[in-house]
Amino acid sequence: MSKTYFTDEHEWLTVDGDVATVGITNHAQEQLGDLVFVELPEVGTKLEKGDDGIVVESVKAASDVYAPASGEVLEVNEALAGDASIVNAGAESDGWLYKMKLSDPSELEALMDADGYKKLID
Amino acid sequence: MNVKKTPLHEMHVTAGAKMGEFAGYDMPLFYPLGVMKEHVHTRVQAGLFDISHMVHVLIAGPGAADLIARICPYDAAGQSVGQARYTFMLTPDAGIIDDLIVTRLGDERYLIVANAGCAAKDVTHISAASESFDAKVLLLPRGFLALQGPAAAAVLADHFDVAKMTFMSGIEPQDSWFVSRTGYTGEDGFEIAMPVPDCVEFAGKLVADERVEWIGLGARDSLRLEAGLPLYGQDLSEDITPHEAGLLWAIPKELRAGGGFIGAEALEKCIQDGRKRMRVGLLPNGRPVRGGTELQDADGHKIGLVTSGGYGPTLEAPMALALVDVEAADGPIFADLRGKQIPMNRTKPPFVPHNYKR
Repeated sequence: MSKTYFTDEHEWLTVDGDVATVGITNHAQEQLGDLVFVELPEVGTKLEKGDDGIVVESVKAASDVYAPASGEVLEVNEALAGDASIVNAGAESDGWLYKMKLSDPSELEALMDADGYKKLID
Repeated sequence: MNVKKTPLHEMHVTAGAKMGEFAGYDMPLFYPLGVMKEHVHTRVQAGLFDISHMVHVLIAGPGAADLIARICPYDAAGQSVGQARYTFMLTPDAGIIDDLIVTRLGDERYLIVANAGCAAKDVTHISAASESFDAKVLLLPRGFLALQGPAAAAVLADHFDVAKMTFMSGIEPQDSWFVSRTGYTGEDGFEIAMPVPDCVEFAGKLVADERVEWIGLGARDSLRLEAGLPLYGQDLSEDITPHEAGLLWAIPKELRAGGGFIGAEALEKCIQDGRKRMRVGLLPNGRPVRGGTELQDADGHKIGLVTSGGYGPTLEAPMALALVDVEAADGPIFADLRGKQIPMNRTKPPFVPHNYKR
């Protein structure tokens, strides 16, 4: 049974056990516009909550994506290396960025659910 | 500081634009079409840009030509009526105050179109210089549109007789209107200035044409960068000379030594001594490299800075303009991205060929 959380930095993470799939929200991709490049972390990278180092680039600007929780990167979405527009087309589905093994699931308690996030962006 | 609005602000909001601040104005960054499609649409059909934030200054009077020749490094008296010219104003040290298009409207009338971000200092500079000449300096409130792309001429032909106009010509089709075959995209196209009360209606007529789409500042930037056109505030500044910026072509040879314009002596000295930095075009390997990024040689020594960088939707690759040390310009160039060296291949702009109507 998975559960999806949202951050006020416009990231989402869907958690299944201690594995989280991370991406940017549909609202975030709308604000950024057409993406042309996504810099992904390397598998095995240990991220601390709030780390930058992941970058999504639109035609005009580069934006940091912060790690929404601490943990180790298990897998990255290789499809994005060839076509960053996948994030525009499905930010909260096919356009996921990476999967991580959470080192401190209690960090999730501070995050929002879908309703909370909807209130933030409305 | 209050963010200003152009007369077309409400139209952009109605069209669904994402707005953002640029040069003190709340401007459309992109519309629902998105930067990528807006860019491509301009290259294949026609894009409509609100450029009402730009500044129109009329110089009028018996001393108009002499005033222009004092503040801009070209022979204003020899300019034909109806001819538009790319030029700039220089500091006494030959730094670029602003880059401009100056069109001769009549024997004693010149129109300067200047950058929004430079409005206050430009007017101060021109007004100070004008005290020695018999010429008035008038700031004109105008709505200002750019219609750019291969279909622009056909679209505009429904409104004005533009068939005989060629690139870099400008006319006044009626009182207080100004149309020039100019632009900032590398495409054929026009810039149209009109009284503020007329511009909502006229913009509505243009955008009602099925060949025309609204285009925001995002695509304006990627279009001008593909065309290799420098942007003031990024690629040009008061710390950069025309020689360094690769803009000597805009200064007639006979004025490069012994000219009478402000900055002439310093410019002559720059040319004699040789430049230490030069503008180059760069193709980053694999990923976009943004303005402000440090450039290095293979040993990691700083050799320059990216001044504008982005992704070219028509080029289908990242591109950048940069200022690099002349001594290092022919060697390998790398961008420093958080300690990672990205190879940058030198190329001669434009990145996408111009498509002007000569």
